[in-house]
Amino acid sequence: MGHDHDNDLDPMTARVRALETILVEKGLVEAAAIDAIVETYEHKVGPRNGAKVVAKAWADPKFAGWLAEDATAAIASLGYTGRQGEHMRAVFNSPEQHHLVVCTLCSCYPWSVLGLPPVWYKSPPYRSRAVIDPRGVLAEFGVELLADTQIRVWDSTAELRYLVVPMRPAGTENLDEEGLADLVTRDSMIGTGLALSPGAKA
Amino acid sequence: MNGPQDLGGQMGFGPIAPEPDEPLFHAAWEKRAMGMTVAAGTMGQWTIDESRFQRESLAPADYYASSYYEIWIKALEELLERHGFVDASELSSGRANGPGAKPKRVLQASEVEAVLAKGFACDRPVEAQPRFAVGDRVRTANRHPETHTRLPRYARDKIGTVEAVHGGYVFPDANAHGGGEAPQHLYSVVFDGRTLWGADSKPGLTVSIDAWESYLEPAG
Repeated sequence: MGHDHDNDLDPMTARVRALETILVEKGLVEAAAIDAIVETYEHKVGPRNGAKVVAKAWADPKFAGWLAEDATAAIASLGYTGRQGEHMRAVFNSPEQHHLVVCTLCSCYPWSVLGLPPVWYKSPPYRSRAVIDPRGVLAEFGVELLADTQIRVWDSTAELRYLVVPMRPAGTENLDEEGLADLVTRDSMIGTGLALSPGAKA
Repeated sequence: MNGPQDLGGQMGFGPIAPEPDEPLFHAAWEKRAMGMTVAAGTMGQWTIDESRFQRESLAPADYYASSYYEIWIKALEELLERHGFVDASELSSGRANGPGAKPKRVLQASEVEAVLAKGFACDRPVEAQPRFAVGDRVRTANRHPETHTRLPRYARDKIGTVEAVHGGYVFPDANAHGGGEAPQHLYSVVFDGRTLWGADSKPGLTVSIDAWESYLEPAG
């Protein structure tokens, strides 16, 4: 497909610009609506949402129970709802079992609590290996589990979206929810990481 | 379909190579591609299942050579064309030839926050009682449709255990192809790693999928 009018631009820039021009000229899409969508995921909806959910679950056993029972409602109570988070499930890591989330068929990801997925999550190396060789995948992320830790991989084949609640690190008894949330990385909520120890930084 | 998207258990794609401090977008066009795809989806002219089918219908060589937002844009162009909103000459010239089909809705900037916060729930009532209960052993279908399905190849014709019964959900295999929402009961089904990958699978691995009722048969 040629885009002669834009041949000074790289092909995808030209192609996307052309498509947006057509859609706006035809009144199918509002450019300002695109701006607002981008703005939402750049500045409002991201992994800090999920970190607050996890921190609250660590700090408040009643909330953790609710999150285990009805994650959609528990998460909505903190104000996190919407696209690609309509039907949430929370899965809790324990010393016995580690959870890992993947979408082998596309890129299903809990946008309402984690924002947009990173490139690796959407790419063939992760999507192909997570279900067959999760320990090898975790090793790439620097995560070594004990040999007898069970691993559960959740392949997001439907519209349920999974949030991993990592184990609360030791030495965090005196932290409030804000301080706890600082320890909850995006990867720890996918299962490709663990929560940080106090004093450590990602 | 047994397309390039069905990646579970495939080999040879190399390291995952997570990028430290990865930016949300890697080029300005990716922002427009993401926003445009989401905005065009709200026109209500196609379902999320049809858009997934469009993406997985890319030729395998094209799919694997494309970044994720490239896949989105290629599929979006096809969807717009198929539904009569743009034509090939417009896509190649980069200019509208004139007004096209009118969509059901055009998302306004002022609506974005509310629309994204509401989302697009796809749980639906199903009158029939669920056929399976937690703890039931089930065998997944051995079917290879050329149409959309969400039963991955690695989990076909395998025996697993129902771990959760989720209620009714829109059935993508029908909904992707104009068959309506045709909701069915949805289950989480868990498989032992050795069932999926054989005796060499490391002990302690379980893998679960979310499976619609018609993907499953009782396994005695």
